[in-house]
Amino acid sequence: MTDVKKTPSNSRLTRAAGATANWADERTSIGAFTKFIARKIFPDHWSFMLGEVALYSFVVLLLSGVVLTAFFVPSMEPVVYDGTLPQFAGQEMSKAFESTIHMSFEVPGGLLMRQIHHWAALIFTAAIVTHMARIFFTGAFRKPRELNWLIGFTLMLLSLAAGFTGYSLPDDVLSGNGLRIIDGVIKSIPILGSYISYWLFGGEFPGEHLIPRMFTAHVLLIPAIILGLIAVHLFLVFLHKHTQYPGAGRTNKNVVGLPLFPVYTAKAGGFFFVVFGVIVALAATLQINAVWNYGPYDPSPVSAGTQPDWYMLFIDGALRIMPGSVEYVIGGYTLSLNVLIPAVIMPGLFFGFLALYPWIESWATGDRGERHILDRPRNAPVRTGLGVALISFYVVLVLEGSNDIVAHLFHLSINDLTIMFRILVFVVPVLAFIITKRIALGLQRKDRELVLHGHETGRIVRFDNGEYIEVHEPLTEQERWVLVSYDVLRPHELAPEHNDRGVRRRGYRWERFKAALSRFYFEDRIEPVTPAQLRAAQAAHHAQVEHAASDNVES
Amino acid sequence: MSIDSASDAPETTEDKFTDPGLPEHHRPRRADTNPAAAKRAEHQVAVLFGISAIGTIIAIWAWVTSDVGADNIAGTQRSTMFIGLGIMLAMLGIGTGAIHWAKTLMRDHEMVEERHDMRSSEEARAGAIENLVEGAKDSGVGVGRRGLLKGSLITALAIAPLSILVPAIGNMGGDWKVSKFRHTIWRKGTRLVKDPDGIPIKAADVTIGSVFHVIPDGLNELEEGKLEEKAKAVVLLIRMDPADIKHVKGRENWSFDGIVAYSKVCTHVGCPVALYEQQTHHLLCPCHQSTFDVSDGAKVVFGPAGRPLPQLPIAVDDEGYIVAQSDFHEPIGPSFWERLK
Repeated sequence: MTDVKKTPSNSRLTRAAGATANWADERTSIGAFTKFIARKIFPDHWSFMLGEVALYSFVVLLLSGVVLTAFFVPSMEPVVYDGTLPQFAGQEMSKAFESTIHMSFEVPGGLLMRQIHHWAALIFTAAIVTHMARIFFTGAFRKPRELNWLIGFTLMLLSLAAGFTGYSLPDDVLSGNGLRIIDGVIKSIPILGSYISYWLFGGEFPGEHLIPRMFTAHVLLIPAIILGLIAVHLFLVFLHKHTQYPGAGRTNKNVVGLPLFPVYTAKAGGFFFVVFGVIVALAATLQINAVWNYGPYDPSPVSAGTQPDWYMLFIDGALRIMPGSVEYVIGGYTLSLNVLIPAVIMPGLFFGFLALYPWIESWATGDRGERHILDRPRNAPVRTGLGVALISFYVVLVLEGSNDIVAHLFHLSINDLTIMFRILVFVVPVLAFIITKRIALGLQRKDRELVLHGHETGRIVRFDNGEYIEVHEPLTEQERWVLVSYDVLRPHELAPEHNDRGVRRRGYRWERFKAALSRFYFEDRIEPVTPAQLRAAQAAHHAQVEHAASDNVES
Repeated sequence: MSIDSASDAPETTEDKFTDPGLPEHHRPRRADTNPAAAKRAEHQVAVLFGISAIGTIIAIWAWVTSDVGADNIAGTQRSTMFIGLGIMLAMLGIGTGAIHWAKTLMRDHEMVEERHDMRSSEEARAGAIENLVEGAKDSGVGVGRRGLLKGSLITALAIAPLSILVPAIGNMGGDWKVSKFRHTIWRKGTRLVKDPDGIPIKAADVTIGSVFHVIPDGLNELEEGKLEEKAKAVVLLIRMDPADIKHVKGRENWSFDGIVAYSKVCTHVGCPVALYEQQTHHLLCPCHQSTFDVSDGAKVVFGPAGRPLPQLPIAVDDEGYIVAQSDFHEPIGPSFWERLK
């Protein structure tokens, strides 16, 4: 018996795996799908991980959220606290707040799950925003990805909705006042405001319906839509294949990188666990949303230094910055522009601009081709400038949204600070645009220098005639390609208003607008080095060297 | 001044460079060339996976030995911390192990995949149109005599959602009595009592410079709608030196000996205006910093609010307690479209 070869266990494992695969394939054709997917190529760059952070923190949200639903009671029914937390002894509170306190203190790991969920939510929204910024600055929204930009944009809005509905569920003083602010904003909407408020709250604020309703939205409606859109988002990523940064051998017709299996299975799969681990590390060590310090919601108290979660700060800042003198009464009806402009119109324009941006830029470029090679931000100076201007506008509003804290920290007058921000909110974005555009153009010029004259080597050479020069090392072909391969877009030529028979052309105004937009984008531009220019530069260098050498001979 | 150490210019004819293509050679990593380094990397990965397993054990151990409770804050903190650190190790161990494996041991030669235009081929497009035309013909719509069918279907589809939406939305708004926004439970003779314990306030107890957070007497005993009524009825009661008060025309008898009562609900978006500055008689809303001058009809002196806080007319009853003369004379809180109608 000893000479009978025992089948090694791994081959038994292989056979079992083969049988399972066969069983599955005969029922689902999964073989063909695996063939398609396993060696699919993805390019590598750290900035491509931002979207992954968003996806993985969403998974962490789902996992921790399921645990929380086991203990949270989504009810506004009042109860008298009978737990052991001394500051609430005998106090009336909603079941929602009571169950939040209970799971925080009486359930081992309950507080940890709450903190994981809250930290994951903050990171989720932050990751979406930074991912979106990456897409924006590299031009990854261009054809054929405009739809996926819109889907991502919708996901961003949904993440804010998910965040806000979740933040409000514990029914504490801080989130309750946040809801009251939302109620005030809704009421400012002309004609329908009171009715929308009544519909949302099921009556007057705060009512008894809002938390159960927000709970359903928060655990079912919004995550279901997010999941569905994530599926479409990722499907389109696979369909379009990932964009890639410019580089030698990377063309508009290929994608260069490493295969999904095994490299990205390990890297991206491993990265999920890293994101999870980092979120848990935050949750284990940094307290967040300590609702027992705020107390249950009561319409009367409020605390100083109240801040919403970070993603709502810019709207809160806009509410703070707006002067109150623009409330008008027209024919007996009240138009509260001091609320409507900052909390409805401003976010509407801000988000509307973001949603439409791919089309705005395509009017300017008139570009109809597919674009799979990413722009280096410097090679799109106006787009980069606009993006930075938008971010700076956002940051000014975020700072204004924390004006009480800023004033306190820096010992400034809160009124002076607000007046200053009223000016800065207009001035800073304009300056940011101009400065960023100039920096981008400067960097392009630097790229030209580098291509024409090569790297500085630090090697100083002295000629016999006494002249010193630094030796420059020319770029490799691959290095040079990165710096010269971008497309230069030039402003449209506007055809004359009247055709040769003197008849005014249809659509002339629209074309004129597009031409103006195109000038705004492409008037100032730096063209990449051409081979002829490079040859000329090199010839000049040689002439110099020869000149120096001949000087030497003469002397 | 510069010099090129190489003399051969690239061979490009037009005004554009050509793509030199992917670099031929691949830069090897240490584990690619040195078997000892590869072995070391393998061990490191195994150690990281091992750390993950230890993390799982720590998390479970920390949960089993948890001693939590509102009366044991230190125990709750410890449990949160150690279960968390256990999970953290369990996750980071797997994650860093897998990534280390990918970066050191997995083949890292770049590969190329072709891309294809999104646009379908001409045949596919023609086929799609043909199929649709045929399908439309089969349905009878394409022929043009079935406009009635088309029109009625589109109408039915467009309005059918209303059969669900109208009742659903209708129910969600409760009784839809938006006129409730205009009134509070303050009545003539309602005593001003302290929030939250409901103790009535004697005028003599209100010293100059003091401020009371006030609710109407009877609010705490309400069976229904307590929070909704409280959200509208909260008031701040403040006493100033009567000499400091500038009376608003028509409201000369709304205060009592320097005692004034104003709605605590901000006219901006409804936060409680809770911060009183004794020296300046300013009330500040901590949410958006609307500032109201209580000595001058609570008019807005700074911030985003558009209107003064509504004043509650007060008097003193036979027993010396402060009472309301009536409800507010205007809707309290943030503005809404039909506020003045």
